[in-house]
Amino acid sequence: MGFFLETLIGGLMTGMLYSLVALGFVLIFKASGVFNFAQGAMVLFAALAMARFAEWIPALLGSDSKWLGNALAFVAAMALMVAVAWLIERLVLSKLVNQEGITLLMATLGIAYFLDGIGQTLFGSEIYKIDVGLPKDPLFLFESVFQGGVLVGKEDLYAAAIAAALVTGLSLFFQYTATGRALRAVADDHQAAQSIGIPLSRIWVIVWSIAGFVALVAGVIWGSKLGVQFSLSLVALKALPVVILGGLTSVPGAILGGLVIGVGEKLSEVYLGPMLGGGIEIWFGYVLVLFVLLVRPQGLFGEKIIDRV
Amino acid sequence: MSTRVIGEVILDIKNISLSFGGVKALTDISFNVREHEIRAIIGPNGAGKSSMLNCINGVYTPQQGSITFRGRSFSHMNSRQVAEMGVARTFQNLALFKGMSVLDNIMTGRNLQMKANLFQQAIRFGAAEREEIAQREFVERIIDFLEIQAFRKTPVGRLPYGLQKRVDLGRALAMEPTVLLLDEPMAGMNVEEKQDMCRFVLDVNDEFGTTIVLIEHDMGVVMDISDRVVVLDYGKKIGDGTPGEVRANPDVISAYLGTSH
Repeated sequence: MGFFLETLIGGLMTGMLYSLVALGFVLIFKASGVFNFAQGAMVLFAALAMARFAEWIPALLGSDSKWLGNALAFVAAMALMVAVAWLIERLVLSKLVNQEGITLLMATLGIAYFLDGIGQTLFGSEIYKIDVGLPKDPLFLFESVFQGGVLVGKEDLYAAAIAAALVTGLSLFFQYTATGRALRAVADDHQAAQSIGIPLSRIWVIVWSIAGFVALVAGVIWGSKLGVQFSLSLVALKALPVVILGGLTSVPGAILGGLVIGVGEKLSEVYLGPMLGGGIEIWFGYVLVLFVLLVRPQGLFGEKIIDRV
Repeated sequence: MSTRVIGEVILDIKNISLSFGGVKALTDISFNVREHEIRAIIGPNGAGKSSMLNCINGVYTPQQGSITFRGRSFSHMNSRQVAEMGVARTFQNLALFKGMSVLDNIMTGRNLQMKANLFQQAIRFGAAEREEIAQREFVERIIDFLEIQAFRKTPVGRLPYGLQKRVDLGRALAMEPTVLLLDEPMAGMNVEEKQDMCRFVLDVNDEFGTTIVLIEHDMGVVMDISDRVVVLDYGKKIGDGTPGEVRANPDVISAYLGTSH
């Protein structure tokens, strides 16, 4: 039982991190109807920026306060992500107003490759580490209930808490503010949104900046767990089934999808792995999504699209 | 009849020509719209009515000619700039935000009135909170006016077509426009829905003094509610005047009924 709980909690923590990446997809999709293939590349780019700025800025200032260095690096990386958002709007999206979703999708594919390349050109292609002082030591829970207790990584707990806070904040923002409403309006219909005076370009910069912020947080957390390296951009591949499971337009769906897939893949790896020969983690999410799509094509929480015939 | 007074020319369209590649959508169109009037644009299918509206709305930029609104020319503006100047529109084939509630849809029309910055909004602090409440009150008045109180929270995608058209009108009204462009507001409606919509259009014009430019196929409706009518055919203007004058115009009759040779 203790072991089961440990796996379950481990799965929830991983799931929360998947949700964080998935959130980036959902945000952009909600606000511009674009499935942003570059989200993974943005995570890598942001993490690279963070890791390198955390080296460069203290060196430049001659300070050795780790806290200050990290804080400044975070701010600088965020500024960079806003600049990236602005450039993407200026150079790519503004040219593609009122185009088909597929055109925008291909454009984001291009952005993904570009960001992967330029990120490594600017920041180098070694493996860097991010150390924001997340505690690494494990925590033992329920020691009185189970023998040896249940082992939980403290780092994971912090990460999950950050992710949860971010997600709550963003869903409230989308639902209850004028800008949130404008974002949803733009997602539904570019032309109509323009005709009522919603500035498309500003909305796009805002939404890509928020997605950049989410990518940065995800990048910092994943980066401090695994180190910043190219494989980070593949985290997006893990988030893909999460988004589809939760429904492309639902923020809560992204969270729940992340948790379901995180837990599912850990449990199935541990309990089914020995029977099926292991390696389940890698494909679990995709197979789960396949079955969900058969029953609910819009995902668990996605908006059901009813077309008039 | 109402006591409204038709004022000066507010929107002046001069020598507009628009073509897409080799296809001439509009050729040398000129007409004007006076303050507080209801001005209809009619014509057979493909006559260029919607293109004309899209030029006024800034969706298309005409190759030639000028559009002057209250003394300012805006033939090279985009939709958003035109919206800022006080021109709102509805769409022929509904362009509502389908996933959003009726209330949210109409609230988006208040976007231009909202000035609180992103960070104030994010924490719903001070200005943002007050603003949201004030705008909401205004939107509630529109909802009352259009008699859609019962559907406030319903996602518009679920409403019947006639009601969606009303929400579309509501969203445009929320902008408190000086000029309202209506692209076939009664298309696809049954008689009862048409009567409702006519009433709303007339009330908007009467109570708010909004100038209305209207495209409509239903001749009965057009002749009943508009002050002046401009007739397009194959991208050219073939008639302009009061409903009575237009009805008697031989070019208009032949465009609609065909002539015997």
